[in-house]
Amino acid sequence: MTDLAIDQIADPARGRTGRMIVYAIIGAIGLGLLLAPFIFPDVRSQEVAARICVFIVLVASYDLLIGYTGIVSFAHTMFFGLGAYGTAIALKMMGPGWDAILLGGALGIIVSLVLAALVGLLSLRVKAIFFAMVTLAAASVMAVMASQFSDFTGGEDGIIYKVPKLFSPATKLLTDEDGKVLRIFGVKANGKMAAYYFVFFGSLILYFLMLRIVASPLGTVLEAIRENEMRAEALGYKVVLYRTAIFCIAAVIAACAGILRAVWLKYTGPETTLSFAIMIDILLMVVIGGMGTMTGAIIGATLMSLAQFYLKDLMQLASEATAGIPLLPELLAPDRWLLWLGILFILLVYFFPAGIVGTLGKKGGHL
Amino acid sequence: MGSASSLFERLGGINLLPVLLAIIAFVLIGSPSTWVTLTVAGLAMGMMIFLMASGLSLVFGLMDVLNFGHSAFVSFGAFIAASVLAALAAWVGADNIALNLLAMFLAIAAAALFGLLAGWVFERVIIKPVYRDHLRQILITMGALIVAEQLILAIWGGSPISVPRPHFLTGSLIIGDISIELYRLFAFALGLIAYIALFTVLNRTRVGLLVRAGVENREMVEALGYRIDRLFIGVFVLGSALAAIGGAMWAGYETLITAAIGSEMMIIVFIVIIIGGLGSIEGSLLGALMVGLMGNYVAFLAPKMALASNMILMMAILLWRLYGLRPAVK
Repeated sequence: MTDLAIDQIADPARGRTGRMIVYAIIGAIGLGLLLAPFIFPDVRSQEVAARICVFIVLVASYDLLIGYTGIVSFAHTMFFGLGAYGTAIALKMMGPGWDAILLGGALGIIVSLVLAALVGLLSLRVKAIFFAMVTLAAASVMAVMASQFSDFTGGEDGIIYKVPKLFSPATKLLTDEDGKVLRIFGVKANGKMAAYYFVFFGSLILYFLMLRIVASPLGTVLEAIRENEMRAEALGYKVVLYRTAIFCIAAVIAACAGILRAVWLKYTGPETTLSFAIMIDILLMVVIGGMGTMTGAIIGATLMSLAQFYLKDLMQLASEATAGIPLLPELLAPDRWLLWLGILFILLVYFFPAGIVGTLGKKGGHL
Repeated sequence: MGSASSLFERLGGINLLPVLLAIIAFVLIGSPSTWVTLTVAGLAMGMMIFLMASGLSLVFGLMDVLNFGHSAFVSFGAFIAASVLAALAAWVGADNIALNLLAMFLAIAAAALFGLLAGWVFERVIIKPVYRDHLRQILITMGALIVAEQLILAIWGGSPISVPRPHFLTGSLIIGDISIELYRLFAFALGLIAYIALFTVLNRTRVGLLVRAGVENREMVEALGYRIDRLFIGVFVLGSALAAIGGAMWAGYETLITAAIGSEMMIIVFIVIIIGGLGSIEGSLLGALMVGLMGNYVAFLAPKMALASNMILMMAILLWRLYGLRPAVK
């Protein structure tokens, strides 16, 4: 990271305009997400918007680890999955109700916390690279267990369940004089909208919480640990405890994001929460957006989610256009989109390790 | 307590752990013939995992580089060997040991050759720009792993591929009521040869001496005028080739392979090098044997716990020895 620090000193004017651009983008995304049910009323766009909300939280909490503290964990989907599965199993067993969400979610959070503390205290004492391996192993074991204990988790098929009545599309939030569901700018104010705003405001609260953590003295100590571990230790900060603490905080936030995801989707399975593909998504989002910046999470998550939905369409076209040439159609098939994202990822880490936000806002300090 | 631990040390210390594991399993399983079958399977599996893990461990020890893309060599090795064996179907199926052996040898050689070449390219293109930057190393090699897995999907397709075993390696050796698959014996023997060869090179030759010295203290070896980066490429390429050979053997062992083989093996390889300690092939062997034995015993006793048991083993060993059983670097 030393070469980065040198870059940051140069050209403050460019950094200022860059930051203005970043803020403008953030404002646009925020407004878009706030008004998503009205601007993009169709089902697919709603799904994209809700996914972006949850992933912003997930990516930002991951950035607390990788960007702010400099520890690489591959267990983030494990905590995300614990929150989601806790909620899902409780909703399935206790029936749709707020008590189920509270109890299941709380259980998911507690298990995440305990696991995070265990893994953290056990392996954060040694090299960062060791920790990466341990968390990778832990996460994959958890994924295998989730698919094997199918009596609880539904195995590979996952769990389908009902959510509280407030969130069902048939619920009328507001009614007009005739007793029909009220339309605001032509959009029905039904339970689907309630579910979206539950996800949106839930994510917003978690995001502001993280902004607060980053700005607090704790956040400063974490950055000190990232920059120079020995020096932080010498100044009297217990590096292991701080690292474990932030690992636990990130785990709890990821579990909360899992609860939001479970309530929105009404389905929880390995593909939507625990799979390694999700972990790769998170990694890509953090790096694309910019490590060590909370705003980077917003841009990264939005960009990647949009790309995932619309890049596949584009690749379908390219694959059909090259149908005559050997191997090329297979490389361009929509299922191979990860190949291109992987290449993009490698290039990004080489040439723009600071990500979009870091590159635009080149100047010391964080946005 | 003190005398017990000194007795433990005198009998071989941590080298006894796989034996202890086998004895505990013997009591739990009860039936000697089943135990022998499982033990042989575990040892064979351990040897194949050792092939995959040793290179990664040495590379880390020598240059402080952890290659998350290491398992890409395993999966490419497996698929290349499968393709070669499929192409030589006539030789593979013939009732002639010479032709069988030749086919098997060609398959392994093709995998190893790929490992050598791809390892060299990988080191130059992917690893070299990010020496000494752990965070970017992890990210970039992870990206490389994604690309490699997608390439395999693009080339060989998503459906599982069946791997033919050479005729002379099919069937089992039956002694009394004990049956041992021949392929397992073969895998064990090959792994043992590789270990002995590696051990000899590392401990009896000048290059090996330099490698060990480099693991211990890189700067000092460089200060004495040796080009450790060249040595490192050699070790990296060799490690990649060993991983590819391991993958080729694994393909024959599983007989049905999918593109996910790389990421599945990566987890096990990581557990092995964490248990064994980074930078030493003795540690890798110890870790691999324990993981192989544990995996097979638990798969028999409590099938659902097979992978979790290795995780628990790793956690237990980390609690006991923070840097693994036999680390060469800390």
